[in-house]
Amino acid sequence: MRRRQELLLGALGVLLALGLCEAVGRAGLVRRSYLPPASEVLSRAVELAGDRLFLEGVGATVRAWALGLGLACAIAVPLGLLLGSVPLVDDAVRAIVEFLRPLPSVALIPLVSLLLGSGTETKVALITYASVWPILFNTVYGLGETDPLAKDTLRAFGFGRLSVLLRVELPATAPFIAAGLRISAAIALILAVATEILAGFGEGLGIFIAQAGMATDGTRDVLAGVVWAGGLGLLINTVLVWGERRLFPWTPEHRSQG
Amino acid sequence: MSRSKAATATRGAILRWTVLAATVTAWQLATRTHASVYFPPPSEIARHTHNLWFSGPPAHAFLTPAATENILPSLARMTAGFALAAAIGIALGTALGRSRRAHALCNPVLQFARAVPPPALVPVFVVVLDFGTRMQVASIVFSAVWPVLINTAEGVRNTDPLRLEVAAVLRLTRTRRLLLLLLPSALPRIFAGLRLSLSLSLVLMVFSELLPGTANGIGFTLTDAQSRSDLLTVWAALVLLGALGYVLNTGLLAVEKRLLGRGRPA
Repeated sequence: MRRRQELLLGALGVLLALGLCEAVGRAGLVRRSYLPPASEVLSRAVELAGDRLFLEGVGATVRAWALGLGLACAIAVPLGLLLGSVPLVDDAVRAIVEFLRPLPSVALIPLVSLLLGSGTETKVALITYASVWPILFNTVYGLGETDPLAKDTLRAFGFGRLSVLLRVELPATAPFIAAGLRISAAIALILAVATEILAGFGEGLGIFIAQAGMATDGTRDVLAGVVWAGGLGLLINTVLVWGERRLFPWTPEHRSQG
Repeated sequence: MSRSKAATATRGAILRWTVLAATVTAWQLATRTHASVYFPPPSEIARHTHNLWFSGPPAHAFLTPAATENILPSLARMTAGFALAAAIGIALGTALGRSRRAHALCNPVLQFARAVPPPALVPVFVVVLDFGTRMQVASIVFSAVWPVLINTAEGVRNTDPLRLEVAAVLRLTRTRRLLLLLLPSALPRIFAGLRLSLSLSLVLMVFSELLPGTANGIGFTLTDAQSRSDLLTVWAALVLLGALGYVLNTGLLAVEKRLLGRGRPA
């Protein structure tokens, strides 16, 4: 199938899905205030693009997201390089990591809110914690996959440990780090929205959704907010996938992505 | 060679547990010397966890009423949500994976649905289904279904064409082709999707219970303890959830190993 045909079919699929939502909304299967038709939701979503207060909220969410993800990178990449290149350290902290990782990070929201209040610090701390893991594990994994021949060659030429790390291992690991970053980006958005919804006040996309959810007949606004959240997630993912393809064109197609 | 490998592994394990024990001891000492309301000593968290949930009569498998009222409903909702998501995801994913046309038709919608951060939709489910188990299961299913669906479709789509031709030559029926060829070859991808779905189910289970208006569950225990500033219970619930996540993930990995076999090429 050619690319154009695929795009056409995809567009048709989107139209069909919208049509279905429209029909369900209008058919009166559920109360209209519960599930408004797609056209109303979309026009509200477009309308929100002109709402300065709403855009400021989205900006606050994106800032917390970027800050948390940046911090996670700054922590996870050096830590991953350390764990991946010194087996002793890896062995030493393995058990601790295995106990920390499976804890669902939204469960930390109550504790961190008690410790830090419900402002930006809480959001950023939670986002950072949750997005550290995929980057960390991908870095360690990528280091393990580095071509041993290249490392040995450099060592034979008398390059030191750090030099080998910077010249061979880090570039070879970069695609894995990027893949981890892409997974973390989605998790970071989940945590940003989840924390905001539970906090219920302040500013942010999640706050908008939470407050609309409590208002009567607010579903239209909630869904319009969801459209924005989905659009944001899609935009982030597309940019990251595009960046990965440009930077690391030799890596195989992205597999089993979350 | 193998002996030295075994020795390295043993040394690694010893190191691992020693460091863990040392960390917990250091935590214990630090919290004992600098008493803080927010960070209770681990020994007290352990005692509290035991008292709160696991000190019941042997007839109830040592579970206290608090445990049966909160842990079991959480587990039930999560299991139901995850099972539904897995069943729907595998069924729809297989259907989509078998036709390139259907895949192209649905791909943009699927990508959008997956990009929505699941907690954003929970308020919609609250309005439509009201608080309670139905809303919670629905939000778990909606968030956990996408990774399985997309991975299954990819897996089925990438079945070796040669094997498909062989199946055509052998005139395998649709069901047999599905059971003997398509699903087994998609299985590694399906499991990768299931692992993601499982952790999403746990996340959404907790999140949907954290919302005001919930009456029971581990998440409810957390918010309830938070509102009473009962830090010991908050920590106990965190330990419980961590253990739960560990057990679930290990269990799924064991099933995966069983079904895929060790060292079989994916």
